[in-house]
Amino acid sequence: MSIFGEVPQAAPVAVFKLTADFREDQNPSKVNLGVGAYRTDECQPWVLPVVRKVEKMIADDHSLNHEYLPILGLPEFRSSASKIALGADSPAIKENRVGAVQCLGGTGALKIGAEFLRRWYNGTDNTKTPVYVSAPTWENHNAVFSNAGFEEIRPYKYWDAGKRGLDLEGFLGDLESAPDHSIFVLHACAHNPTGTDPTQDQWKQIADVMKRKSLFAFFDSAYQGFASGNLDKDAWAVRYFVSQGFELFCAQSFSKNFGLYNERVGNLTVVAEDQDNLNRVLSQMEKIVRITWSNPPSQGARLVAITLNTPELFAEWKDNVKTMADRVLLMRAQLKEKLKALGTPGTWEHITEQIGMFSFTGLNPKQVEYMVKEKHIYLMASGRINMCGLTTKNIDYVAESIHEAVTTVQ
Amino acid sequence: MALLKTSKFISSVGSLTPSLATLPIRASSWWTEVQMGPPDPILGVTEAYKRDTNSKKMNLGVGAYRDDNGKPYVLSCVRKAEALIASKAMDKEYLTIGGLGEFNKACAELALGLDSEVLKSKRSVTVQTISGTGSLRVGANFLSRFHTVAKDVYLPKPSWGNHTPIFRDAGMQLKAYRYYDPATCGFDFTGALDDISKIPEHSVIMLHACAHNPTGVDPRQEQWKELSDVIKKRNLLVFFDMAYQGFASGDIDRDAWAVRYFIEQGHNVLLSQSFAKNMGLYGERVGGFTVVCADAEEAKRVESQLKILIRPIYSNPPMNGARIASTILNTPDLRSTWLEEVKGMADRIIKMREMLVANLKKEGSTHNWQHVIDQIGMFCFTGLKPEQVERLTKEFSVYMTKDGRISVAGVTSGNVGYLAHAIHQVTK
Repeated sequence: MSIFGEVPQAAPVAVFKLTADFREDQNPSKVNLGVGAYRTDECQPWVLPVVRKVEKMIADDHSLNHEYLPILGLPEFRSSASKIALGADSPAIKENRVGAVQCLGGTGALKIGAEFLRRWYNGTDNTKTPVYVSAPTWENHNAVFSNAGFEEIRPYKYWDAGKRGLDLEGFLGDLESAPDHSIFVLHACAHNPTGTDPTQDQWKQIADVMKRKSLFAFFDSAYQGFASGNLDKDAWAVRYFVSQGFELFCAQSFSKNFGLYNERVGNLTVVAEDQDNLNRVLSQMEKIVRITWSNPPSQGARLVAITLNTPELFAEWKDNVKTMADRVLLMRAQLKEKLKALGTPGTWEHITEQIGMFSFTGLNPKQVEYMVKEKHIYLMASGRINMCGLTTKNIDYVAESIHEAVTTVQ
Repeated sequence: MALLKTSKFISSVGSLTPSLATLPIRASSWWTEVQMGPPDPILGVTEAYKRDTNSKKMNLGVGAYRDDNGKPYVLSCVRKAEALIASKAMDKEYLTIGGLGEFNKACAELALGLDSEVLKSKRSVTVQTISGTGSLRVGANFLSRFHTVAKDVYLPKPSWGNHTPIFRDAGMQLKAYRYYDPATCGFDFTGALDDISKIPEHSVIMLHACAHNPTGVDPRQEQWKELSDVIKKRNLLVFFDMAYQGFASGDIDRDAWAVRYFIEQGHNVLLSQSFAKNMGLYGERVGGFTVVCADAEEAKRVESQLKILIRPIYSNPPMNGARIASTILNTPDLRSTWLEEVKGMADRIIKMREMLVANLKKEGSTHNWQHVIDQIGMFCFTGLKPEQVERLTKEFSVYMTKDGRISVAGVTSGNVGYLAHAIHQVTK
């Protein structure tokens, strides 16, 4: 009689199941608009030229070894990554109140931040502090915080399906009605899955309420540089909050903007009121890291650190990032044009107003099913598409299919 | 929802700026109540060592292999694998949650043996993990969620320091069974059998597959057989931690003997593997977690649940190290080079043990130091008392942990004489 006899089969993670189904599909016209990874116009993964260059540098440097990194990670990675988020001239950095933990991707950064907050924020081991995530949000946010022990994960209004944009009123309303000290997970830019970001003015309004009600800002920054093509522009919200005196966390991912998906390169930037508080926070995060993965993987962090800390390489990286952002912007523009030209019912302005990798098309579940089953175009049930999956070769087929879905399926 | 320690907050802020006492604008830190975490005892050893200016200083706290010049050692099979991988210019797409398939397969085969019935019937699942720690953590989380019939995990006394907080944080309760006998600096076999025979049914028992950390004391094969019997009688769930396969005796099959024997005896074990030491891939974080199940169908269910556990921690594992390990294990000439090199590391450790004892004899020590040779793997429980350890550090700049544990990897033919001299001085 097995001790695991009662273990139920878990449902597969939706986004990976989508890719698995896509792979099995034999139809020659198939298109994968599911999982969030960049693709070239030939629909191929793209290893950034600067990454190939630095990889070779690392491989050729036989003075390097594979020794353990410190628990908190590679120091030159942590500091340069935080500079990327906050700006090299950040007053908070100058004031020695910014620290970081190298983590396994953005997920790992969220995890360490969540575990720390559950233990030490708003009392000790206060599992009842509500954590608010946007409606909708990246589906793993819920699991990260609930697995860290938080008992109350709540949605805050964000996406207005009717007007296909930000429900600012709803958002501000939920901020007002949230209990003081609640934790809010904010997407720094290129909101996943909607691609809809607050404007600078809207961010100011959000920050005002959060400050007044002592709400904790936990930024998720997975697309810096990738959204607009400009690192500083994409970091505006985080930097604004810092300038307003918030103590905050920013979970950074270098999966997309460095194309280092499988090396799990992330950074949890911590902004505290002063160095003393910062040090105590980091010392406790160290304990959490030790019982989770002991110390982080070295390859990806080395690569990013070398790139960020070498002027010519840094410039080349920014250029590579802009290449990716520009292609996405081009696909957005072209998709909108084609839908307009087809006379597809509805407004499609949101396709170019939204930003980053994803677009919430507004297709309903039945229409999505039609796209997948009849047209072999794979997208999430929410209607989310990955713009990177579009190419000059398939964009007509996709536009026509969207047109069919909208006009024939209610 | 109560405000955070309102009165305390207001009084501390109010003393600075009276007006702020009325308006709760956050002018002081969220983290005022956060205590400074205690320093890691082992890291502390290395830090103190770094500060020491004595040219003869020795760091015997380090848990990483060093060559006979005291330097980190990158295996040539690793360099070759890296060159091979670089030449293929692969992409960097996400791995699946369970990790690199070819690595998982090779990892399981290495531990269980190619001819394992478990592998033939596909009744196990192996997922790639963040080295040994990550593997233990996933295992602990899995037990906490699905092994609801018992909450207790029994560790050998002593065990790796990080076992306890990992299992505790996952929600398990920690207990111990006798293991190390300080009187003999060896295995307390009767004590272990006695304690294990009283463990409540269904409890989890952690076994170090080889090269016990921190003592270096391993059961002999006949002793493992009796342990297996009593564990089976008590119906305990076995969790093997194998962080030193190949590194202990120099022979990968010999080091995996206990794991394979237990499986043959019908224990459906949990197994954590690390490639940090045996491939020198420390910082690349290469490991595996295996669950041996009743059948293939159960293995699929367990696999699906492991993915659900992993996703909210780090989504999917890092590629680099797993790709290197997989390349080595799956490329015949790299694999044979690896086997030679891991034997080379094990042999050097064994030689240092022998030289230390020989030098202690030469110094005129009359103590019985046989345990230094009998123990196996990276670590040695010298039997030194805390006061003696303190003298070693203060008078001779020899750094080690208070429990008398030394990392034999830190001993070289160049400094073994000095070490013997120092030990003799504090023990004569």
